[in-house]
Amino acid sequence: MAKIKLSEKKIEELKEVCKSFNNDKGELINVLHKAQSIFGYLPAELQEVIAKELNVSVAHVYGVVTFYSFFTMTPKGEHPISICLGTACYVRGAEKVLEEFKRVLKIQVGETSADGKFSLSCLRCVGACGLAPVVLVGEKVYGRVSPEGVKDIVAEYGN
Amino acid sequence: MDMVKLTIDGKPVEVEKDTTILKAAKLIGIDIPTLCYFQLKDMNIENRPGGCRICVVEVVGRRNLAPACSTNVAKDMVVNTHSIRVLNARRTVLELILSDHPAECLTCAKSGNCELQTMAQQLGVRELPYQGEQSTYRKDTSPAIIRDVDKCILCRRCEMMCNDVQTVGALSAVNRGFMAVVAPAFEMNLEKSPCTYCGQCVSVCPTGALTEVDHSRNVINSLADPSKTVVVQTAPAVRAALGEEFGLDPGTLVTGKMVAALRRLGFDYVFDTDFAADLTIMEEGSELLDRLTRYLKGDKQVKLPILTSCCPGWVNFFEHNFPELMDVPSTAKSPQQMFGPIAKEYFGKKLGIDRKNMIVVSIMPCLAKKYECQRDEFKVNGDPDVNYSLSTRELAHLIKLANIDFNSLPDEDFDNPLGESTGAAVIFANTGGVIEAACRTAYELYTGKKLEKVEFNELRGLENVRHATLDFDGLPINIGIAHGLGNARKLLEDVQAGKSQFHAIEIMACPGGCIGGGGQPFHHGDSEVIKQRAAAIYREDAGKPIRKSHENPFIIKLYEEFLGKPLGEKSHHLLHTHYFDKSKGTYIE
Repeated sequence: MAKIKLSEKKIEELKEVCKSFNNDKGELINVLHKAQSIFGYLPAELQEVIAKELNVSVAHVYGVVTFYSFFTMTPKGEHPISICLGTACYVRGAEKVLEEFKRVLKIQVGETSADGKFSLSCLRCVGACGLAPVVLVGEKVYGRVSPEGVKDIVAEYGN
Repeated sequence: MDMVKLTIDGKPVEVEKDTTILKAAKLIGIDIPTLCYFQLKDMNIENRPGGCRICVVEVVGRRNLAPACSTNVAKDMVVNTHSIRVLNARRTVLELILSDHPAECLTCAKSGNCELQTMAQQLGVRELPYQGEQSTYRKDTSPAIIRDVDKCILCRRCEMMCNDVQTVGALSAVNRGFMAVVAPAFEMNLEKSPCTYCGQCVSVCPTGALTEVDHSRNVINSLADPSKTVVVQTAPAVRAALGEEFGLDPGTLVTGKMVAALRRLGFDYVFDTDFAADLTIMEEGSELLDRLTRYLKGDKQVKLPILTSCCPGWVNFFEHNFPELMDVPSTAKSPQQMFGPIAKEYFGKKLGIDRKNMIVVSIMPCLAKKYECQRDEFKVNGDPDVNYSLSTRELAHLIKLANIDFNSLPDEDFDNPLGESTGAAVIFANTGGVIEAACRTAYELYTGKKLEKVEFNELRGLENVRHATLDFDGLPINIGIAHGLGNARKLLEDVQAGKSQFHAIEIMACPGGCIGGGGQPFHHGDSEVIKQRAAAIYREDAGKPIRKSHENPFIIKLYEEFLGKPLGEKSHHLLHTHYFDKSKGTYIE
């Protein structure tokens, strides 16, 4: 695992998050949720700070982080791409779209491209089934995406 | 107390209302098999995740089978622990566990002591019907403990010991489903974790997933090397447990047979760590008196309480968790590490043996001792003061390997001069023993009076945290004792907060002290075994002609001939140490 040094400021911010939950060990999941929403992911050094603040072992924090699929230790890309694999999108060919994204970006689901620009994830239904198959880049929704259209979407973000 | 009547296997039983079916059954002689469940009775240690489902029983009127370890009894309940349905389910559960377990019993270090193997035998498993993918994981070898996660059945006993009992927090269940393993944070190796090598995880692991690093091979090679003089020292707790490996009852003292066996194995000198324990008392006791006298004179610099430093698991624990208190523990080395330099620098030099040609082996009830003897500060130009540390279990194995019929051996005596010891040294094996030994000597040195009754019964017992006030001829001395690192943490937090009223605190990392050490024969959750060992140790003490460390004639001679005086320059150089801050996170600096 690459060693990343968190800045003092970031550490302080994280300690504030813990404090907002009264440094209560029972709030670990909530603290992790909040931390991930701020930092985008949960690197090892961040987990060490949380463990210390909540007075639990780092092994325990890591255990919780690896148990819940929502938590991630991989930094998300600048433009996180999510492909909907809900029923409607799936039957309209979302899987082929996903395969094309993997091919174009040269990454697997859950990974981030080497330049840190894109990351790839799947989700189940964004409630826009009329537009199936649906792809999200950041907050922006793309509807009726075909494998052929994947390159254009990626290109929009300068790649 | 509300009582509940129920029937188990046709037998009526009446128990307190919050009793589990498992415990109720035990009361009437019905042993429901368990695997993940673990208990050390009267020691406040229990593992009950209800995860393995081996203990399922049929409760009449209930749709599904109930796990006996985590289902409470109810009024008029009718339980069947061996109906066809139960037996089939139990066997299927075991077969499924075995489907993700390597069938390597022939070569497994735990073979013969494995609870999974015993269970397969007990349930009559004769084939492995479920074949499929098995989860695999890298092997992790640390200085003392080997993790072979492929053999883990996720019973969580180690996790319970490491977190709930020891509060070390080195291990946790991580990932989920098929990928789930018990591992240190970020799945790093144990060596990078806050592991203290106390070995309690090893002592409760039902399978071969956690075992000790075996140094028997190195010892065999040394014994076969004619250029080496091989010296062995045996810790006090070993003699009260070694017999169990040869079918003797727990609590059988085998001191004489152990010495005879070591001689037959080919050790050139069979010495006793107890001698070094007496030496520890001279140094640690003097340090206590020195700090105490300075404190009473109003010296504000002096640190009290003084903490014992014999236990390497405990030393690792405070180096990891309480670095700001590093000047509080005694600087005295542990008996194992005092023995090393005395053997090599005093005894060896007397015989004209260069330290390079002397191999010091220790037999210990402990796994942390394996790590301790490898610490850099205990080496001279790369040559360790103690070369190899073997557990009680490894010694038993060596004895069997050398075709020695242990039980028919005559009783033999240790060699001199490093084999002579007092009753004070023997009780180092029990929780409370080190401080009792220290008080026997400190009392006489401080008051100048003879201590008529050497037993301090107020310091004995198995309560988690104990305290007593001893009367040093009008001066009240407050003593604290904790065994198990979780209990130690409580005392330490008081010291940290400046709330501690104690003058001296004894800490041992393992439940019961060294007699319950991670290197002892497996007790398989029977706390009676630990109690019997403790009683045996006190019997050995009571039978000793000399019971105070400072009266050991060979200790007196050692100071006259070689060391000078306790806390003197030579002692400082050979018998005292310093500690290191290991609290830094792996990622945070």
